Amino acid sequence: MTRKQQRLGLLALGMTALGGATALVLTAFSSNLVFFYSPSDLKAQAISADRRVRIGGLVEDGSVKRGADSRVAFRITDGKTDVAVVYHGILPDLFREGQGVVAEGKLEPGGAFDASTILAKHDERYMPREVVDALKKSGHWQEGGASEAAAAPLNAAATPVR
Amino acid sequence: MSAYFAMGGYAVFVWPAYALTATVLGGLVLYSWQRYRDSIRNLERLQRQVSPR
Amino acid sequence: MLTRLANPARFMRISAVALPWCAWASCAVIAVGLYLALIAAPPDYQQGEAVRIMYVHVPAAWMALNIYLFVAVASAVALVWRHPLAEIAARSAAPIGAAFTFVCLASGSLWGRPMWGTWWVWDARLTSVLVLFFLYLGYIALVNGFDDPGRGGRVGSILALVGVVNLPIIKFSVDWWNTLHQPASVLRFGKPTIALSMLVPLLVMALGFMLLFAALLLVRMRTELNERKIRALRLNSAASVRPKRRSEHGVPARPAVLR
Repeated sequence: MTRKQQRLGLLALGMTALGGATALVLTAFSSNLVFFYSPSDLKAQAISADRRVRIGGLVEDGSVKRGADSRVAFRITDGKTDVAVVYHGILPDLFREGQGVVAEGKLEPGGAFDASTILAKHDERYMPREVVDALKKSGHWQEGGASEAAAAPLNAAATPVR
Repeated sequence: MSAYFAMGGYAVFVWPAYALTATVLGGLVLYSWQRYRDSIRNLERLQRQVSPR
Repeated sequence: MLTRLANPARFMRISAVALPWCAWASCAVIAVGLYLALIAAPPDYQQGEAVRIMYVHVPAAWMALNIYLFVAVASAVALVWRHPLAEIAARSAAPIGAAFTFVCLASGSLWGRPMWGTWWVWDARLTSVLVLFFLYLGYIALVNGFDDPGRGGRVGSILALVGVVNLPIIKFSVDWWNTLHQPASVLRFGKPTIALSMLVPLLVMALGFMLLFAALLLVRMRTELNERKIRALRLNSAASVRPKRRSEHGVPARPAVLR
């Protein structure tokens, strides 16, 4: 074996070991790498009231109620379960019904979620308004995200370990 | 025209994003070009010293 | 083909021809890209005009990843085959990659504030790109931090290769874990989820950035080769001009002459 082949073999071995180790570490920690829980996770995991968590999902259609001085109440849903959220503050521009949202805060004893921060999630679709209108007219538009995208983040949340 | 520069209310985000990109990439181009010129000048000077005509 | 280019003298000849073409082409393509991105492209149905930040953010992100891959492959070639040009290519490309990564992070922050409602979150995508930025900085520091450039190159190459594991993490972070960042729109299985009138400006800007990378890489590699020639010439003349003084003091005259 020449020196060159030796070095190449060593490199291949090193990269394989490194890749394997990384895959193991990521699998082990993947539940900690999740940015937010879905409402179903929240129900299933019995998170204690004083722990700050993030929940994500879609803002349920027709659930947004705006109160006095920028108070707002709405429900976050993942299609199976939903959670009532109350928030006091300025909402991001993309916040609207049917839109993805991440709320950070605490679960109150009554079951409502008291959010201190609201982040809007946007889907991976970029289109001018006319195209969206045309798609809606022809019935090819899926509300809340592209065909698989609507389900993907929520499925990922329901099964965080992959 | 001013409506265009207002970027639908997002001017304070859109223009800084482009300005910053131009500054970082332009700065790298200028710096790299300066070093390139210097290296050529130094090399020519040295080569003249080593083998004077 | 590659081994023919790997000869430094031949590289200098070919790159002298290619450099102006790359430079002017990148200027022209970026100019067209800016027109398409800032004027011709329509506003987004949800994000309005803020979507225009995408046309610098996304190509910069692609460049950040691809240049890292370039640095890693060149480092592997330098480690295994000891090609002098491979090491020079890796060393010259890294600062360009770091610049694109910085542009990606900063423009993303400016985009996140109005759309998501935050400048920064520690989700898997944003964090892994920040790690990429630090990998670039670490590589640059290592490569320049050794007195012996060959040694620095070798240690840096190993770091560059270790950092490769971060690339799939960045790419698939948005699919593996739920993140605030949205999944890919263009480089995905199935049809892109971006309208053609927005995809074209994006691709033109990406092409412009690629040509800019090529031009910058050639300039920086030629600089590096010139500087190595200068170092060698100075060492030579120092050794031939003053052999006496060197032996008198018992120290090589190298450091004083070099500066």
